[in-house]
Amino acid sequence: MFELLGIPPQVLLGQLLIGLINGSFYAVLSLGLAVIFGLLNIINFAHGAQYMMGAFVAWMLLSYGGIGYWPALFLAPVIVGVIGIALERVLIARLYKLDHLYGLLLTFGLALIIQGLFRNYYGVSGLPYQIPSALQGGQNLGFMFLPNYRGWVIVASVIVCFGTWFMIEKTRLGANLRAATENPELVGAFGVNVPRMITLTYGFGVALAAFAGVLAAPIYSVNPNMGADLIIVVFAVVVIGGMGSIMGSILTGFGLGVIEGLTRVFYPEGSAVVIFVIMAIVLMIKPEGLFGKSA
Amino acid sequence: MIKRIALSTAAVSALVAGPALATDITLGVLNDQSGVYADLSGQGSVVAAQMAVADFDAAGKGINVNIISADHQNKPDIASNIARQWYDQDGVDAILDVPTSSTALAVADVTAEFGKVFINSGAATSDLTRANCQPTTIHWTYDTAALANGTGKAVTEAGGDTWFFLTADYAFGHALERDTTAVVEASGGEVLGSVAHPFPGTDFSSFLLQAQASGAKVIGLANAGADTVNSIKQASEFGIVQGGQKLAGLLLFINNVHSLGAQTAQGLQMTTAFYWDMNDDTRAFSERFKEEMGSPPSMVQAGVYAGTLHYLKAVEAVGSDDAEAIVATMKEMKTDDPLFGEGYIRKDGRVIHDMYLMEVKSPEESTGEWDLLKEVATISGEDAFLPMEDGGCAFALAD
Repeated sequence: MFELLGIPPQVLLGQLLIGLINGSFYAVLSLGLAVIFGLLNIINFAHGAQYMMGAFVAWMLLSYGGIGYWPALFLAPVIVGVIGIALERVLIARLYKLDHLYGLLLTFGLALIIQGLFRNYYGVSGLPYQIPSALQGGQNLGFMFLPNYRGWVIVASVIVCFGTWFMIEKTRLGANLRAATENPELVGAFGVNVPRMITLTYGFGVALAAFAGVLAAPIYSVNPNMGADLIIVVFAVVVIGGMGSIMGSILTGFGLGVIEGLTRVFYPEGSAVVIFVIMAIVLMIKPEGLFGKSA
Repeated sequence: MIKRIALSTAAVSALVAGPALATDITLGVLNDQSGVYADLSGQGSVVAAQMAVADFDAAGKGINVNIISADHQNKPDIASNIARQWYDQDGVDAILDVPTSSTALAVADVTAEFGKVFINSGAATSDLTRANCQPTTIHWTYDTAALANGTGKAVTEAGGDTWFFLTADYAFGHALERDTTAVVEASGGEVLGSVAHPFPGTDFSSFLLQAQASGAKVIGLANAGADTVNSIKQASEFGIVQGGQKLAGLLLFINNVHSLGAQTAQGLQMTTAFYWDMNDDTRAFSERFKEEMGSPPSMVQAGVYAGTLHYLKAVEAVGSDDAEAIVATMKEMKTDDPLFGEGYIRKDGRVIHDMYLMEVKSPEESTGEWDLLKEVATISGEDAFLPMEDGGCAFALAD
């Protein structure tokens, strides 16, 4: 068998697959950011906190209500999405006419408040959440042992990502949305309720973050800081893919997951920075991002 | 203005009328109040220090103690800036706790520069009493050498003679890997390799697969807090334990075990300096602590309590806030408190007390939310900590 730089091929295949799994989280999270930025022009820094809320709501449903993983996969995004809608109506909607920076600062402040509240009530050590019984165990693929749950993470993210892409790029609803961001007055004149559509879009983007949170709950520690660590990386993914590009954020999400995974084999110390190095290079060569439209 | 004069007159007359001239002491609890180590140190350490002051009845003995606290965010530069300001402007006499090895090493140097007292409880690196030792440092609760001599030795002697390390890529992780490697090799084992992961990390599956591929019998987790929790969770998911490899969590706190749940953590061995359910004294203390904080104390918080108590005894004996005399007295007096029992402080600042090898109970054995550990063995302080001669602390070995 051939070896690449001293790494046996089965190890490499395993790492590629792991990279793809991590990429799934990047893809779903950066997709939510891209939807919100692309259609609302808001840089949603509260995305990491909303991802964390998704995981916490799943935990709360189980602990306080005895509601398990599968209903939570649907309920938690709805609940967090509604909270997102309330925030949009009360606070964010007031900022659409102002510079991007105000939206960024507001959502960043919201993220700190939300994380602080959860930290105050639940501490930072994390809460236990088991993998649903139907997805316990795993498959021996020959080159690695793939836990069933991780396989499910890839499948679920791919479905959600491409479903979202299809809805926005290929359906009448998506066409209305895109038109409303180009020229809200004109679309409003055709009888479309533009503010309501924008509110629902924000809610949908937030729900995507919460969905990723529920996916993450059984495998990562459910703690108030879980989103804060991830959000910076996800922003880098969005910048590399091109701000607001739906397909760009999906593809770069998965792609960067794989690159990061390979870095963990060849130079583990660099795995925390590799995405930012790529971001710097992309910004120098193609400032609008790999899939972005030049302004 | 009149009110202020009246107040100070009252203060002066109180001083004159008192049995002895009061000593004013300011203690600074410097730790992680919001990040990964906030639950095992954080506000709980502040409460522990306050309890020590109350139990010692400092006010009744003419010692006015003021406790302040700050969040060092696990960053050495922030920690040393706060320490500097505390010593320089806020009149702090001693800094307590300071988890995260890199920040503790920074605070140790600042404390020596100002000639104050540093009683560390939260940090792990044994370098605090080895190459980076300072005459002003007291290292209370545990260190990487003791962890290695507990879990590392027990696991190797039980047949786990080949190791692979997952190491948090900062001062603590490397110190723990170094000290455990020494113990594994001394016990006849062999280290096959290691991988350094970013701190803090989220996904450890890549590193776990590398550890799996190494074929080592034992995967040593030279990390802490949420990193260890995630490593153990994900190792169970990837079937690593079912595949015949054994996990050794080299630094686990009670809060981590609680977070993992007995179901996932059962059978794991860990080394600790303190467990709430050891005897009547520890149970009584923990019950009071739990009323304040909602959870029993970690060994770090227990160490802050014991360290504060011993410090106050020395202040009483010295009768002033003279730091040099206080440290000398702390090292002369035997340590004796309800939580750690009897012990002593070595010249290099290392506190010698018993350590305990514990095992996580199975869900069937556990009778309550926090009933998580059972004792496997007691390791005497002399066996647990590295002998001073081998530590390389220059000032302690000089004479």
